[in-house]
Amino acid sequence: MRIFDPHIHMTSRTTDDYQAMYASGVRALVEPSFWLGQPRTSPASFYDYFDALLGWEPFRAAQYGIAHHCTLALNPKEANDPRCTPVLEELPRYLVKDGVVAVGEIGYDSMTPAEDVALAAQLQLAAEYALPAMVHTPHRDKLTGLRRTIDVVRESNLDPEHVLLDHLNETTVKDAAESGSWLGFSIYPDTKMDEDRMVSVLRDHGTDRVLVNSAADWGKSDPLKTRKVADAMLAAGFSEDDVDKVLWRNPVEFYGLSGRLQLDVPAPQALHEGNSILRGGE
Amino acid sequence: MNREALDARLDPKAVAWLDQALAEAGEAGKAQDNVAVPKWELRFAAAGRHCGQDNADDVRTLLLQHAAADVATLTRLYHQGAAAERRAVLLALPHRVPGPEALPLIEDALRTNDTRLVEAAVGPYAADHLDPHAWRHAVLKCLFTGVPVAAVAGAEHRAHGDAELARMLTDFASERTAAGRSVPPDLHRVLNMTGEES
Ligand SMILES: [Zn+2]
Repeated sequence: MRIFDPHIHMTSRTTDDYQAMYASGVRALVEPSFWLGQPRTSPASFYDYFDALLGWEPFRAAQYGIAHHCTLALNPKEANDPRCTPVLEELPRYLVKDGVVAVGEIGYDSMTPAEDVALAAQLQLAAEYALPAMVHTPHRDKLTGLRRTIDVVRESNLDPEHVLLDHLNETTVKDAAESGSWLGFSIYPDTKMDEDRMVSVLRDHGTDRVLVNSAADWGKSDPLKTRKVADAMLAAGFSEDDVDKVLWRNPVEFYGLSGRLQLDVPAPQALHEGNSILRGGE
Repeated sequence: MNREALDARLDPKAVAWLDQALAEAGEAGKAQDNVAVPKWELRFAAAGRHCGQDNADDVRTLLLQHAAADVATLTRLYHQGAAAERRAVLLALPHRVPGPEALPLIEDALRTNDTRLVEAAVGPYAADHLDPHAWRHAVLKCLFTGVPVAAVAGAEHRAHGDAELARMLTDFASERTAAGRSVPPDLHRVLNMTGEES
């Protein structure tokens, strides 16, 4: 089974996670830039983070046989801090990098005017740089947030078919599907979606344009949720081909809109003792 | 790598892309264009996806050569580059910078644990300009991180008669032995080069 996790924050995860993900079938992932838990206070702090998503993190992933790509953006939460908004001016030079497959995560957090500005500006950047956009829907007041997001996408120069609406659930999937965008579902241990509810959504809605992710980060989350959804799908009578479509071909097709996916990472060699994740001195 | 050898590995679309990219690089610094980023620098960033990651080092090196990139440009491209771009800058240094001015880039790369960068940093530029202490640590870092010693340019010459390097290697070997771990085979190769076998 080959799995593509289209949304996971590996910066917050250990090498054990990479190893377990490889063992469970994960061969590719996309790491969206996001909030790190501790608010940043200067643009330079973002640039170091972007550099890590274009340097160290893909290097780490490759050692475990996993192709790593990223999406870059000023996240909605920090778009509200005027100390961080100069990031928007520097984003263009990052969006041309080989490892960048979308603009994201963008979207709404508290639905403020500053978030309106950042969302519209970054959808425009996606259109200019021929990249798709990864747009999450807010955790609070989700349906209103989704509808407003869809309106902003409609007013933008970006085709809705080049947009992934993420963190969807039973209450938002209908509106999202009607917008013509791709549909992302994040599977968490306790909140939001779980694997059985995901299977029900797939049963009602079908597998077209659906992506499933773990959205694992520094919070309570599980980087193996993609595999667990695959197993739940098979147990519920979906075919191997359905699983491959949702967990591999759909994310490949969506992020492939960038023309920048490179999925041929060599399988890891037996990791040499002491040289596994290269600490350069221990 | 010359242009003909490179072209043989590219498909026609990539060859056309490279033609255009090199032409733009040739104009670097001439046009008073007000664009935020010169076109050839965008090409420098995008080389991997247009020419294939296996050819990216060679394509980027060629671009730097055609643009006659100086130390200021190389430094900027390094700091603004993704890992693959940084690697290309490091590989180009011996051809582009005769003096030690670009050493901060080598030192930066040697501080990383990314073996793609460490490997590119221990090339001929480091052999010519890195001071003895930093060079010894670079060799040791290669042994730690699994970068083959064959990547260390001028190793034979620089290691020869280096008693301090021999001591560091011997200490490292005994530390590994004490921990019940194997000693990297490359360690003995370098120790032999010192001629200070202890
Ligand atoms: Zn996220």
